[in-house]
Amino acid sequence: MNKQSYINLTRGIIKENPTFVMLLGMCPTLGVTTSASNGFGMGIATLFVLIFSNIMISLIKNVIPPMVRIPSYIVVIASIVTVMELLMAAYLPTLHGALGIFIPLIVVNCIILGRAEAFASKNNVWQSILDAVGMGVGFTIGLTSLGVVREVLGNGSVFGYTFLTEDVSPLLLFIMPPGAFLALAGLIVLFNKLQGSK
Amino acid sequence: MSYLMIFITAVFVNNIVLSQFLGICPFLGVSKKISTAAGMGFAVMFVITLSTIVTFLIYYTFLQPYNLGFMMTVTFILVIASLVQMVEIILKKVSPALYQALGIFLPLITTNCAVLGIAILTIQKNYNIVAGTCYALASAIGFTLAIIIFAGIRERLAYTKIPTSLQGTPIALITASLLSMAFMGFAGIGG
Repeated sequence: MNKQSYINLTRGIIKENPTFVMLLGMCPTLGVTTSASNGFGMGIATLFVLIFSNIMISLIKNVIPPMVRIPSYIVVIASIVTVMELLMAAYLPTLHGALGIFIPLIVVNCIILGRAEAFASKNNVWQSILDAVGMGVGFTIGLTSLGVVREVLGNGSVFGYTFLTEDVSPLLLFIMPPGAFLALAGLIVLFNKLQGSK
Repeated sequence: MSYLMIFITAVFVNNIVLSQFLGICPFLGVSKKISTAAGMGFAVMFVITLSTIVTFLIYYTFLQPYNLGFMMTVTFILVIASLVQMVEIILKKVSPALYQALGIFLPLITTNCAVLGIAILTIQKNYNIVAGTCYALASAIGFTLAIIIFAGIRERLAYTKIPTSLQGTPIALITASLLSMAFMGFAGIGG
């Protein structure tokens, strides 16, 4: 793998991490991360949409007139999201129920339109896939870590595995809305500290 | 459920930003000054109410009778995007003053997930047209209320000393957290 490919792949994971650095896609980030598995599921769903939308858009980039490119991208993304929503409803009904309204809202997730416009519309298919994988993995890491923090503090469990005994009560606040903002603030501070110390 | 109940629940109890997490991007992005926050709030209010009515009519006249419910996401986002464009063009012609005030926020609204979110939620909740409009308007008022209060707090925060590692986004998120906690106090009104 040459140097440019490596840069495109890793860009989304640390340097331009969508959750901690770019602050993109905040609605699902805060809305679905009440547990680690929900956060992970949402991250993977976004990853898939991102890969397919980047592939499609880099393939059709020369056909679309520049004037109507944003509406065209939105239609492409919305179709992919619809396909994924139907697949999810059929094969993963529990996760589909837990994510609820946030699945159709992947359409308006700024990460996907952002990558389509900033990357896939200017690069070839292979580089666009690498970029999508990097961004999607970065987003999944962000969502999963936020989900883990909220589930550990708010429910005393990780990925559904409970480790607290009955007589210790967890900090219920963290699985309620205010805890989402608080946990994300803490993680961003931590991420900045780790970035700065390198 | 009475319309008043839908209204109060959507504005305070299930506030669209602080407890449903829709429209977080503009909430964090356009909330440094009260005046811009109010501009964004009113533009969102206008677009959400209008787009919910239009998408509602489209869903029940075209999609539902022909069993095309699965096309909801694609149809709604297209309708919202073109509606926003149209509102922008009409405002420019009819009321330049209003366009000056709201114009810069309009293109941003298409990707505001609150607009698509409310349109879909109205269908999912099986509201009729009056209840749906009431719900959309109330949710949008909730958004405007939250963003104006938030901008007010952030204007004050600009003059305070904040630890270096908390500057910028983290302190904004902590403020939002406290605001969300305050809104939790409304839980229980309307059961």
